[in-house]
Amino acid sequence: MLVSMNWIRDFVNLDGQDIEELIHRFTLSTAEVEGIEYKGKDIENVVVGQILTCKDHPDSDHLHVLTVDGGDGIYDVVCGAPNAREGIKTAFAKVGGRVGEMKIKSAKLRGVVSNGMCCSEKELGISDDHSGIMELDPSYENGTDIKDIFPIEDIIFEVDNKSLTNRPDLWGHYGMAREFAALTGQKLKDLEVMENDYNGDAQVPITVGNKDLVYRYTSVRIENITKKESLMQMKIRLFYCGTRAINLLADLTNYLMLELGQPMHAFDGKKISKIVVDTPKQDMKFTTLDGQERDITTDTLMIWDDETPVAIAGIMGGLDSEITDDTDSLVLESANFDGVSVRKSASRLALRTDASARYEKTLDPEMTMTAVKRFMKLLFDVDPDAKIVSRITDEYVKKYPVITIDFDKAFVDRYTGIDISSDRINDTLLSLGFDTERNGDSFKVTVPSFRATKDVSMKADIVEEITRIYGYDNFTIKTTLSPLLPAKTSMLRKEENMIKDLLVKAYAMNEIHTRVWQDPDELRDLGLKVTDNVKILGSAEDQGVLRCSMMQSFLPVINKNKNYRPSFGIFEIGRTVRGVREDKTANEVRTLGIALYSKAEPEKQLYFKGVELINALVDELKHKSAKYVKTETGFDWQHPKNTSEIVIDGKKVGVINTVHPQVLTRITRNAAIVMIEILMDDLLAIEPDALEFKEPSKFPGIDYDLSLVISEGVRFEDIQECWTKDKMRELKEVSVIDIYDKGEVRSVTLRFRFELPDRTLTSEEVQVDIDRILANLRRVNVELKL
Amino acid sequence: MKDKIEALRAKFASELTNVKDLTSLEDLRQMFMSKKGAIQDLMKDLGAIPNEQKKEAGQMINTFKQEVNERFEAKKKELDELALKVLLEATESYDDSMPTDNPCGSYHPITLIQRELEDIFESMGFDVEDYNEIVDDYNCFEALNIPKFHPARDMQDTYYLNTPNQLLKSHTSAAQNTIMRKYGDKLKKYGRPIRAVFPGRCFRNEAIDACHENTFFQMEGVMIDKNISVSNLIYFMKTMLSEVFERDVTVRLRPGFFPFVEPGFELDIQCLICGGDGCPSCKNSGWLELCPCGMIHPNVLKHGGINSEEDPFEYTGFAFGLGLTRLAMMKYGVGDIRVFNDGDLSALSQFVSR
Repeated sequence: MLVSMNWIRDFVNLDGQDIEELIHRFTLSTAEVEGIEYKGKDIENVVVGQILTCKDHPDSDHLHVLTVDGGDGIYDVVCGAPNAREGIKTAFAKVGGRVGEMKIKSAKLRGVVSNGMCCSEKELGISDDHSGIMELDPSYENGTDIKDIFPIEDIIFEVDNKSLTNRPDLWGHYGMAREFAALTGQKLKDLEVMENDYNGDAQVPITVGNKDLVYRYTSVRIENITKKESLMQMKIRLFYCGTRAINLLADLTNYLMLELGQPMHAFDGKKISKIVVDTPKQDMKFTTLDGQERDITTDTLMIWDDETPVAIAGIMGGLDSEITDDTDSLVLESANFDGVSVRKSASRLALRTDASARYEKTLDPEMTMTAVKRFMKLLFDVDPDAKIVSRITDEYVKKYPVITIDFDKAFVDRYTGIDISSDRINDTLLSLGFDTERNGDSFKVTVPSFRATKDVSMKADIVEEITRIYGYDNFTIKTTLSPLLPAKTSMLRKEENMIKDLLVKAYAMNEIHTRVWQDPDELRDLGLKVTDNVKILGSAEDQGVLRCSMMQSFLPVINKNKNYRPSFGIFEIGRTVRGVREDKTANEVRTLGIALYSKAEPEKQLYFKGVELINALVDELKHKSAKYVKTETGFDWQHPKNTSEIVIDGKKVGVINTVHPQVLTRITRNAAIVMIEILMDDLLAIEPDALEFKEPSKFPGIDYDLSLVISEGVRFEDIQECWTKDKMRELKEVSVIDIYDKGEVRSVTLRFRFELPDRTLTSEEVQVDIDRILANLRRVNVELKL
Repeated sequence: MKDKIEALRAKFASELTNVKDLTSLEDLRQMFMSKKGAIQDLMKDLGAIPNEQKKEAGQMINTFKQEVNERFEAKKKELDELALKVLLEATESYDDSMPTDNPCGSYHPITLIQRELEDIFESMGFDVEDYNEIVDDYNCFEALNIPKFHPARDMQDTYYLNTPNQLLKSHTSAAQNTIMRKYGDKLKKYGRPIRAVFPGRCFRNEAIDACHENTFFQMEGVMIDKNISVSNLIYFMKTMLSEVFERDVTVRLRPGFFPFVEPGFELDIQCLICGGDGCPSCKNSGWLELCPCGMIHPNVLKHGGINSEEDPFEYTGFAFGLGLTRLAMMKYGVGDIRVFNDGDLSALSQFVSR
C-alpha cells in the first residue's frame, strides 16, 4: 500500500519531525516499509505561464511557436501540444529549471529558439495524462511557482501489504496517521465530517436477505450533483497512491477507501430504487464494470436493485449502474460484508480488487457511518449545490462484541522480561485509541472497534501494542533461567548421520535431494509410467503423484548424470509413500535410496559392491549381518533375476536389485546400475547387538584352508550349514581367502581357524572337525578343489 | 709352515681381489674358514710340527686367521656398501606431482548446514526432532491458530493431497503441536523446559526459478518454560545467530504477523557483507530479513496441551523459523536455488565435508 505523508499530515502534526527517521520507526513499530519516494523534488522553477500568442512553426506540421508570459518576462517557446492556444494558462518550466530528468535549457527546435517548456501533467509526475499541456485556472497569477498552487511535493512510502494482513485499521491513511501520532506523542486530529441536514422521511430502502454474510449496510441518496471533476490536489494524492482519477464521484469513493480503508460504491441514482443484499437463488451471469461477464454462484453475495443485480458485494460494481459523465445523482453504498465470504467469492471469481482485499481483512463495521458523513463533507466541499434527498439509512445486522481485557503491569513485565512503567503503558494504549481504566498497576482496557474485529482479543495482544511502540531496540536482553539438562542425539538422527558418513567417506558417494513426486516426462524417457499412488489435489492426470520408491527419482538423476563420471554413487534419505494405511491416510516411509553406476565395472562386480556396502552398513549400525532373499520384482525397472530382499533378524528392511535391461538400455548400453532401498524406520527398529569382548586365546590355534567348488544354482548360504550346524567349540572363525568366479566355475577358498581358550589343540583333534565338515560337504555334493 | 702360510696369504689376496659379490665372497670364506677350509688344514698340520715350534707356528696360524677374518669383514663391508649404493641408485625418484585418483564423496549442502545448526542447538540443550513431510490440516494450520479461510492460508500455496485432510507440510511449524505433546509431561512434572528444533522439508506451490522453489528446508525451534519473555527471545536469537555466523551479529526485531505467535516478529540481522552501510546484498537497507519469530500464541500452547483454559499464560515460550535453504545459499554463495534439488552431480559433488 502506498502512503502519502501529506495525507498523514492532514491528521497529525508532524512539524519539526525528521520524516525519514519517522518512517524508519514505523517499520520497527508497525509494518515494513519497502521503499520511500520523494515526489516533486525533481520539479524546479516551474511557474504559471500564460500563452500570449500561438503561431504554427514555419518548419513543422505539429509544432507551435508561442510567446509565454512567465510573470517576470515574455518568452519565446516552441511547443508541440495540440491544446496549446492563445490565452490559456499552463505550467511553464523556465530555462534553468528542471522537469524530472530534464534540465531546461535554451535550445533551437527546427531553427526556432525555445526558451522554456510548457508541461503536461505526466511531465510533472502528477498523473499519467500526456494528451496535452496542463490548463490552469485563469485566476492564478502568472509567475506563481506551481508548487505553491499544487501539493506536488510529497513523501510517498510503500508498506508491504503482507505485513498489514492482521491490521484492518491500517488499510487507510487515517489509521496510519494514528500510528504516527502514537510514535510521536502527538494527538490524532478528529476526522471532519458533515452531518445530514435532510429533514424529510425518505430512506434508501434496504433489505438484507442473507444476514449471515452482512454486518452492516449504510446508504444515502444525493441529487443535483453538477461537478464532474475532482480538485487537482485530490487527483494528485490518488495518483501518488496508485489510483487513476476518473470522475468526481468515482474519485471520492476511491479517496475514501484510501483515507479510511472503507470501500464504497456509488450507484447511479437513476438506476437504483431499492437496495437488496442477498445471494442469488440460482447460478447466473453478471457483467462487472470492467466489461467482463462473470459466472456467479449461489454462494456469492450480490447487491440488487430490487430484482436486478447491480454489484458483486465487496468486490466490484456492475456495468449497468456505473457512474457515467451524465450522472447527477447517486445512491452511496458504505457497507460491511463478511470477510471470509468476500475472500472466497473473490478467489472463486479470480477477481481480487482493492475493495475485496480490504474486506478480507475483517473491517470495522462502525466505520460505514463515518465514511458516509466524510463522503458528504468532501463532496459538498467541491459541489455545494448538491442535495441530500434521503436520511442516512443504516441496516446494522450484526455487531462485534465489545472486548475488554484485564491485566496488570506484572503480567507485562513477565511477558516482556523488562520493566515498562504503568504510566507508559497507559499513555501508549491511549494513543492507539484504547480506553483504559487504571487502578494503580492494574488495567481494564476496552479495545477500540477498529482493532476488535479479530486483531486484539487478549493480554498477549496488549503486550504487543505496548512493546512495539516502546521499541524492541530499547529492550535489555537476558538469558533464560532454565535448568540445564543434557539433550541427547536421538538414535534416529545418529543412524542417519552414520549412514551418510559411511557412504560419503568410505564409499565416496554423493548425497542428493530429489522431489517427492514422480515426474511423468522423465519417467517416460526411461520407458516407465507413473505408478499410481497418493497424489496432490487438483493436479493433472499423471502429475503430482507422490513417489512410492526412491528409484522413481533416482533413475532420472542417473540418466542426467550418465556422462558425469565413468563411475559414481548417489544416495538420499528421503520419504516415499507406500499407498495408504487402514485409515486411508498416506503411508509415509522414511527411505534410504542408494544407486551405484559404473561404466568401468561389470554389473556383477558392481552388484557385489552393493552387497558389501549393505553388509558394512548393517555391521556398523547393528553389529549384525544381513541375509539376501531373492524376490519377485515390484517395479518395472527391477531385474527379475537379481532383485533381493535385504533381511536382518528375519525382518525385511529393504531391497537390492540390478536394472531391467528394458530400462537400462534407455539410459546406457555400456554401464551397470545397482539400486538399493532401505526402509529406515524398519532398520531403526532392529535392536543392535551389543559389543562382546572375548579375550584372545593365549594358546596357538591351527588354520586349515579348504577350496570348495560351488556348482551352478547352489547358494553359498546353503553350504554354510556344513560347518555351522555341528556347533564345534574349537572352530573360532571362518574367513574368505579367495574367490574364483568365472561364469560357470565358481570356487571359494576358506580358512578355518581352530582354537581353544585354555589349551593347545592337537592336529588330531582338528582333523576330526575337518573330517566332519568334509562329510557334511559330501552330503550336499560340494567338491573340494584340488 | 711359514711358507705354507705365505702361499695361502698370497692366494687369499689374489682370490679376494677377484671377489665381486657376496656369493663369491662366501665361497672364499668357505674355502679358508670352514671346518674343511684351508686354515683348518693348517691346524691339522700343526700336529706334525715339533713341540718347540708348535707355539710359534700356532701363533702364526692365528695371526693369519685373524688377518683373513679382518680382510674378509672389510671386503664384506665394502660389498654391502656397494650393494646399498647400487640399490639406492636403482631406486626411482618418484614424481609426486602426478595426479592421483582420490575418490571423495559429498554431502548435500542442506545436510552440511543442518548438521552445523544441530550441533549448535544441541550444545545449547535443544532436542533435535524429526517430523513427517505429510501432515494433516490440524497440525499444519488449526493447531497453529490458523482456522479455515484465514487470510494467512493465502500466504502459502499449499499442496493438499487426495487423502483425508492431508497435505505436504508448508512450514516446519506444523511440528509444534506434536513436539509440545511429546515433551509437555516432562515440562509439567519435572520442570524440564521444552527446547527443541525440528528441521525438515517444506513444500509450497510456486513456479520454480533461480530464487523460488516448491521444495525447500526450514528449521523450526521452540523454547517453552514458566517465564520465557520477549527479552529472552532476543537474547537467544542473538546468541544463536552469532554462533551460526561465527561472529557477533546485530539483530533487530520488527513487528511481523504470523497467526501462531503473539507478538510476532521479523528478525533482521545487520548485513554481514557491508556491516550495515548498505550494499546490493541487503538492497541498500543495511539489514537482512532472516527469520520470523515470536512469543508462541496462547491458543497454540493450549492446542499443544501446555496451558489450560483457566490459566492460558502459565507457561510461555518462543518459536522461530530458520530457512535452511536460504542459509545454505548465503553460506556457500549459491546463486541459483535449483542447485539443491535437480541432482546435478557436477554442482553437488563440490560440497565435500569440512
